[in-house]
Amino acid sequence: MLTDSDLQALGLTLRLASIVTLILLVIGTPIAWWLARTHSRWKGPVGAVVALPLVLPPSVLGFYLLLAMGPNGPVGQLTQSMGMGLLPFTFWGLVVASVFYSMPFMVQPLQTAFESVGDRPLEVAATLRASPIDAFFSVAVPMSLPGFLTASILTFTHTVGEFGVVLMIGGNLPGVTRVASVQIYDHVEALEYLQAHRLSAVLLLFSFIVLLVLYAWRPTPRRSV
Amino acid sequence: MDRIRARFQLYRPGFTLDVDLDLPGRGLTALFGHSGSGKTTVLRCMAGLERAPGGRLMVRGQTWQNSTHWLPTHQRPIGYVFQEASLFAHLSVMGNLRYGLKRNREAPRIRLEQAITLLGIEPLLERKPDRLSGGERQRVSMARALAVSPSLLLMDEPLAALDLARKQEILPYLERLRDELDLPIIYVSHAADEVARLADHLVVLEQGGVIASGPLADTLSRLDLPIHLGEDAGTVLQATVSELDPQWHLMRVDFDGGHLWTRDHGLPLGQRVRVRVLARDVSLAEHPGTSSIQNLLRGQIDALAADDHPGLTLVRVRVGTATLLARLTQRAVATLQVKPGREFWVQVKSVALLP
Repeated sequence: MLTDSDLQALGLTLRLASIVTLILLVIGTPIAWWLARTHSRWKGPVGAVVALPLVLPPSVLGFYLLLAMGPNGPVGQLTQSMGMGLLPFTFWGLVVASVFYSMPFMVQPLQTAFESVGDRPLEVAATLRASPIDAFFSVAVPMSLPGFLTASILTFTHTVGEFGVVLMIGGNLPGVTRVASVQIYDHVEALEYLQAHRLSAVLLLFSFIVLLVLYAWRPTPRRSV
Repeated sequence: MDRIRARFQLYRPGFTLDVDLDLPGRGLTALFGHSGSGKTTVLRCMAGLERAPGGRLMVRGQTWQNSTHWLPTHQRPIGYVFQEASLFAHLSVMGNLRYGLKRNREAPRIRLEQAITLLGIEPLLERKPDRLSGGERQRVSMARALAVSPSLLLMDEPLAALDLARKQEILPYLERLRDELDLPIIYVSHAADEVARLADHLVVLEQGGVIASGPLADTLSRLDLPIHLGEDAGTVLQATVSELDPQWHLMRVDFDGGHLWTRDHGLPLGQRVRVRVLARDVSLAEHPGTSSIQNLLRGQIDALAADDHPGLTLVRVRVGTATLLARLTQRAVATLQVKPGREFWVQVKSVALLP
């Protein structure tokens, strides 16, 4: 069956994906809300930057992040001056890189969900004494729950599947940055096809089941009537 | 101090709003106009949903907006009923009602049970909004607006999205709101029949400006306005049910200036009613003769004005202290020599009762 290092890689992968999903829920939600509601001329540029990881080769993104987080990069200098050392080749470096890499998978479904809520329910909430923040949590979020579900699942599964950015930023340190996709690559490199098969099957099954759940059980979006 | 003063100016591509209103602080004020007249925009400015820079709004002595001060919507003590009920689909009817109730910091003047009873929605409380009919939804949304104990109720064409039957279902509830609560209501509508039935005060808007503002009966009988009302030109009389004729199924209503017979509407004697007389149902005669038109009043011509069709004239007739409008052809005006000061028999073909 799966070896200890396989299990370790799987555990690390799940931990990475969970943390990235949580972080993106926190920072992706306001970005999506802003993109859905603003009439600012910055809407286009910001939306384009958020969507970049969709089209950019992961190695390009990883390369720039490596430079930024390296000893001479702005992020690297900041983390060093704060006594945190350097992020590349650490688990948290992987987290930061994954947050950028998976950003569009959180922001875009949320933005669509927020846009479909429309102005009216928020105006109604305001006439019922709800402040804008109150209206966001008591009306916009409940009405966008299917969007939150989709966004979280896509972010999680996409982070599980990342490879290029991990190699650039995290390298291949067992228990630190060696996630499942890298582990499979190692197995293949070492001609351990049986091990590669087993781990690949686990990921294949996992991805299929998650997507099956997502597409088969899809709550209808709530609308105000 | 018991009035509503509003001054709003907005300049947008293709639309200018410039209104200066002094409205009574009680009763129902209708903002009447065609689409694009700016009536909904005025209402949204009052609610703070639309921002009119430099505007002023004082409601019963309290400043909601002036050059230095602007209360955001959620801090204005209003209730707002939108054209579509706009209920929160993720909450039950009760959840919708409680949403505003639990956020309201003002002293509750209207109890939740009172709002529920007033709109007759007790049987619906546990339901989800998508299990309600259109009329039921709109009643729930009215109760929801009342449950925050507003000091001003704003209604944006609450009946416009409903069919005739649903409209008839809701109108009595609107009348109860108007009559049973000490709550000023601003009511936006483009339907003359709703306005005639509900309004105490009438504001007529056109192309972003106010062309008339005054008590309903006065505004309706102004000759410079009926043009804007078109086929709906007419006046409203305050009357009392004074006699029933069971043989012919008729009833008599008395007003200041005479009486009219109409179908028996099953109302008790002494009941106060509004009677709407459309200009197209009123004709003039020099001599009373035998006619199928049984309502004959003696009136004096007050003024004449051109109608929107070149062949027609609108004539204002005084009957006692009441005023009627008659739509006549130009030829009839010439033949009968209709001019101010002359007296005629006024024939009223039909009247509509607005209970």
